[in-house]
Amino acid sequence: MDKIQLCEFAKSLDPEIEVKEGRQFAEVTIPSSKFYQIAKKLKESDETYFDFLSCLTGVDYGKELGVIYHLFSTKYNHGIVLKTKTSDRENPHFDSVSDIWKTADFHEREVFDLLGIRFTNHPDLRRLFLDSSWGYPLRKDYVDDINIVTK
Amino acid sequence: MEEQVNVITPDEKEEYIINMGPQHPSTHGVLRLVVSLKGEIVKNVQPHLGYIHRGIEKMCESITYPQIIHLTDRMDYLSAHINNEAVCLAVEKALDTEIPDRIKVVRTIMSELTRIQSHQLWWASFGMDLGGLTCFFYGLRDREKVLDIFEETCGSRMIVSYNCPGGLMYDIHANFQKRVKDFIKYFRKILPEYDQLLSGNVIFMERSKGIGKLSLEDAISYGVTGPTGRASGFSCDIRKHEPYSAYDRVTFNEVLRYDGDTYSRYMVRIDEMRESMNIIEQLIDNIPEGPYAVKMKPIIKLPEGEYYQRVETARGELGVFIISDGNKNPYRVKFRSPNFVNLGALNHISKDFKIADLVAIGGSLDLVIPDIDR
Repeated sequence: MDKIQLCEFAKSLDPEIEVKEGRQFAEVTIPSSKFYQIAKKLKESDETYFDFLSCLTGVDYGKELGVIYHLFSTKYNHGIVLKTKTSDRENPHFDSVSDIWKTADFHEREVFDLLGIRFTNHPDLRRLFLDSSWGYPLRKDYVDDINIVTK
Repeated sequence: MEEQVNVITPDEKEEYIINMGPQHPSTHGVLRLVVSLKGEIVKNVQPHLGYIHRGIEKMCESITYPQIIHLTDRMDYLSAHINNEAVCLAVEKALDTEIPDRIKVVRTIMSELTRIQSHQLWWASFGMDLGGLTCFFYGLRDREKVLDIFEETCGSRMIVSYNCPGGLMYDIHANFQKRVKDFIKYFRKILPEYDQLLSGNVIFMERSKGIGKLSLEDAISYGVTGPTGRASGFSCDIRKHEPYSAYDRVTFNEVLRYDGDTYSRYMVRIDEMRESMNIIEQLIDNIPEGPYAVKMKPIIKLPEGEYYQRVETARGELGVFIISDGNKNPYRVKFRSPNFVNLGALNHISKDFKIADLVAIGGSLDLVIPDIDR
């Protein structure tokens, strides 16, 4: 399917989904409460069959925190971008997709480590690179007095 | 009177935990694996990362796009040129810059040379991990020849930083074509020696055949790409599926094997070196004339938006994801590094094999630790 068809397909899954035809991929924004179900549908549906999770990125948008998923299909060779956001900066959490795509296990641990986003139902959510005394360095309000990185 | 014999009774709970690394010679860097063992059988492997975490993604948020390229060298230092190319392609795509053919062809040749030297070093160290010290000398001897070509053209041997947005830092050296051709001629003769030394070796085959099996479904689910994924039959070569630079104008085979064990991963890499030489041979005599770089603005600002570029490094799919807010610094950069993802499958594939096999499996994944930690 091409970008337009993928947008239409995603839109037909749930009325709350926002779709945008991006430069490279169809970009689909899904409310965090429904994310797990829709991701599962996109993987299992015969028409889309997104079985390869290429990249999982945590982003700090300032007021919101979000996660971006780049999915590809090994069968149809098409790609899609899923996005989900939350405005809760104190205790952000999304549903883990590590039982749909096993690679998400490591990716989600990395996002938890660097952005402090929790993933419910993750089998082993520990910090990956840093120890627990660190803050969450990829957040935009992170301040490090010793190794100053300023923009 | 009967003699008392000490018999250790097998106990379900009798697992003990040892640290492999961070300074273990077979982890090729500072990778620490916490291994649960029952006797000699591996039951669980938990990688503990972060010994060389430098925060490259965070650093990228405070520097400009041409500067980012020099950080990507330091991720997977054996695929340095391909990492550079990934960022350049992402920036060029975002700016809709038309790249002349000369640049595309030179980039492709350099990428394939990078792949060859990376596989040579992997072959050298993999042989050494499994007890064949001669491999190490053979592999490094031949790798030097590629590094000499790099040194002449790029001014640097390993972390080359030869790309810049819009093209190359400098034109190729006058000797470049001749030296590459000499190298191909030489290496075509040498590669069968690699096979004689290790590929058909009985001890090596005993230690690698059937070890660390990864099925196709698991390879896709774990996102394992590159030679490791292709050894399980996962057709994941970005050069074929999303051709970039000059890969759409050369003919080459995507090397696939279907056993998914350590030996298949080994053979895929050996065959890939041959394919890389085929690609170089098709291009080396046909480098088009033209400029070696397009003039870019002194300060590169990407239009607001999101850009994702995938390239095939020597270890798999490298994804560069840039979110730009229109400034000269990116808002967020994410590197989807192949080693990080491939490491995620280590626990799955080394379960129920012996601790000595863990060395073979780890070696066959071809991990580069700075790429995992970033």
